[in-house]
Amino acid sequence: MSEKLNIEVPTMAEMLARGEEPEILFWVGCAGSYDERAQKTTRDICKILHHVGIKYAVLGTEESCTGDPAKRAGNEFLFQMQAMTNIEVLNAYNIKKIVTGCPHCFNTIKNEYPGLGGTYEVIHHTQLIQDLINEGKLKAEGGESFKGKKITYHDPCYLGRGNGIYEAPRAALEVLDAQLVEMKRCKSNGLCCGAGGAQMFKEPEKGFKDINIERIEEALETNPNIIAAGCPFCMTMLSDGVKMKDKNDSVQVLDIAEITARANGL
Amino acid sequence: MISQILFIALTIAAIAFFTFNVKKVIRNIKLGRSANRSDQPGKRLITMMKVAFGQTKMVVRPIPAALHFVVYVGFVIINIEVLEIMIDGIFGTHRIFGGLGSVYNFLIGGFELLALGVWVSCVIFLIRRNILKLKRFMARELTGWPKSDANYILFTEILLMTAFLLMNAADARLQALGSHHYISAGSFPVSHLLQNILPANEASLITIERGCWWFHIIGILAFLNYLPYSKHFHILFAFPNTYFSNLEPKGEFTNMQSVTNEVKAMLDPSFTPPEGDPGRFGAKDVNDLTWVNLMNAYTCTECGRCTSVCPANITGKLLSPRKIMMDTRDRMEEVGKALDKGAAAFEDGKSLIDDYITREELWACTSCNACVEACPINIDPLAIITDLRRYAVMEESQAPSSISTMLGNIENNGAPWKYSPADRLNWAKEN
Repeated sequence: MSEKLNIEVPTMAEMLARGEEPEILFWVGCAGSYDERAQKTTRDICKILHHVGIKYAVLGTEESCTGDPAKRAGNEFLFQMQAMTNIEVLNAYNIKKIVTGCPHCFNTIKNEYPGLGGTYEVIHHTQLIQDLINEGKLKAEGGESFKGKKITYHDPCYLGRGNGIYEAPRAALEVLDAQLVEMKRCKSNGLCCGAGGAQMFKEPEKGFKDINIERIEEALETNPNIIAAGCPFCMTMLSDGVKMKDKNDSVQVLDIAEITARANGL
Repeated sequence: MISQILFIALTIAAIAFFTFNVKKVIRNIKLGRSANRSDQPGKRLITMMKVAFGQTKMVVRPIPAALHFVVYVGFVIINIEVLEIMIDGIFGTHRIFGGLGSVYNFLIGGFELLALGVWVSCVIFLIRRNILKLKRFMARELTGWPKSDANYILFTEILLMTAFLLMNAADARLQALGSHHYISAGSFPVSHLLQNILPANEASLITIERGCWWFHIIGILAFLNYLPYSKHFHILFAFPNTYFSNLEPKGEFTNMQSVTNEVKAMLDPSFTPPEGDPGRFGAKDVNDLTWVNLMNAYTCTECGRCTSVCPANITGKLLSPRKIMMDTRDRMEEVGKALDKGAAAFEDGKSLIDDYITREELWACTSCNACVEACPINIDPLAIITDLRRYAVMEESQAPSSISTMLGNIENNGAPWKYSPADRLNWAKEN
């Protein structure tokens, strides 16, 4: 339950020094590394990995931006520089399987790295959670009860439409015995939070509304206790939206990993 | 005999002019860069059968889907009737398939019901556009020609169906009169309702029947030739467009091979990039886009499903994915006209970026793929937006200043924000 991380997070360099290889590499991502809010999700993903006893590692200071925002912004040079440098590191460590804490990193490494020499099995953390639930390694017990709570899940574009992953995050919520409510625009018809395509890093163009406000109004229509997210950028946009609507006392915005960690008392 | 010659001449002329225009369209599409879409033919065929033939992506909006389906089925099936008209026109026969007896009666009866369905659907479509003024049809890019284009198509279809039904009504009256040439054939579940408004006189009936017959077939030939000028081209292009559509996950953007060569040369001194000019990075004009992007533009029927789900458009930004497709086609047509005149293309001082699509539109995109998902025939506006951004950033170094800052941060410290790479693991240690 505490935000503290009482576990050691192993890095690839340390593992190599011990002559070990992890089962899976946890690709943290820039937001997960530096953004305070996203760091909480990062720590919770580590807690889950530790809890189920998966041998994992992170790259730590050897990790660098996947190049996703550069690519979406049109700077293919910078993207490929980042990609090739990262691929060199990943291949040097003989990485086979990667779990990411961000749909953007997930999409980029999974779909755009193979053409540049980096082929790995890549999953998003919500898929990992779904797999662990299916294997019986992860339940929703020993922690906070979500029974009867109203949860609405916001599909991140690069997980949903971008890669067709709609069920994994929902499966992670279904074990909670909570009340899942869908927004009017969900799954393949989901509305963007407004951060994609490098929008996260700039002011929006002139219009009559911010996209995250449009989205949060729709989310609030479902009268939720919790808005579930699966992306650090959606997290920022949705949290800002909830604050703008003065609802941060009654509505929480939580990542699927945070919800899972809480439900298991991690 | 004269009418047979006239008919054959008209048909040949119509097909020749259509071919002439289609060749121009294909030439324009070929202005685009190459893109390999010859992989996975089986999967491509299935996609085409499902999305274009089966219209599976239309059902998201059930009302227009049902109306459109009626028009579509009507269009395809009533064309069997056109086959009969063709044969009759060439050989001077009348209702050549009439000998099929009850099968023929069933067919003609079916065509009549479909014709009524098409008629009603088109009227509803006109009401939706011009009286109910649905938001989807009221955008700034849908004024002037695009608005008229849509209405012309619907009016023409209504007129064609009316002529078909009137022709049958007159024919049935002539059959009842035992008029020479008018063999007893067909069943007329719809047009018999029109019989009473027709004059009783045999000569007038023949004039009406022949008039409608000619109007129907000339209308169809004219309509065929209208397609290359119209958004209605989708009735043909929907098929190749879905066949050649992107089969990879929507989140995946293409890796530019020209850039790969440059980056490899930078990172690995032993790598020798292939000879030749890598060309422009990204797209300034239509010839920098791929032929798939350009075919997409000719395929677009301006329905606006893309724009109606675009988060930028919904919140009042200038960006409209439909406009991206329309602008691409307009620019392509402009370049094509210069080529027709024998002038050098792309030397008119204009380009797709700025003269058609503004930077403000480009930078409003969240790359969320909602437009791509919404398109009933797999058009990809996002691919064009991305290539225009690539040009702005890589060739011109022009981007909103905060984007330039973000790019600078990635370059300098491996993250879009200005944090030290040495602090990357602090999240694990701080607590």
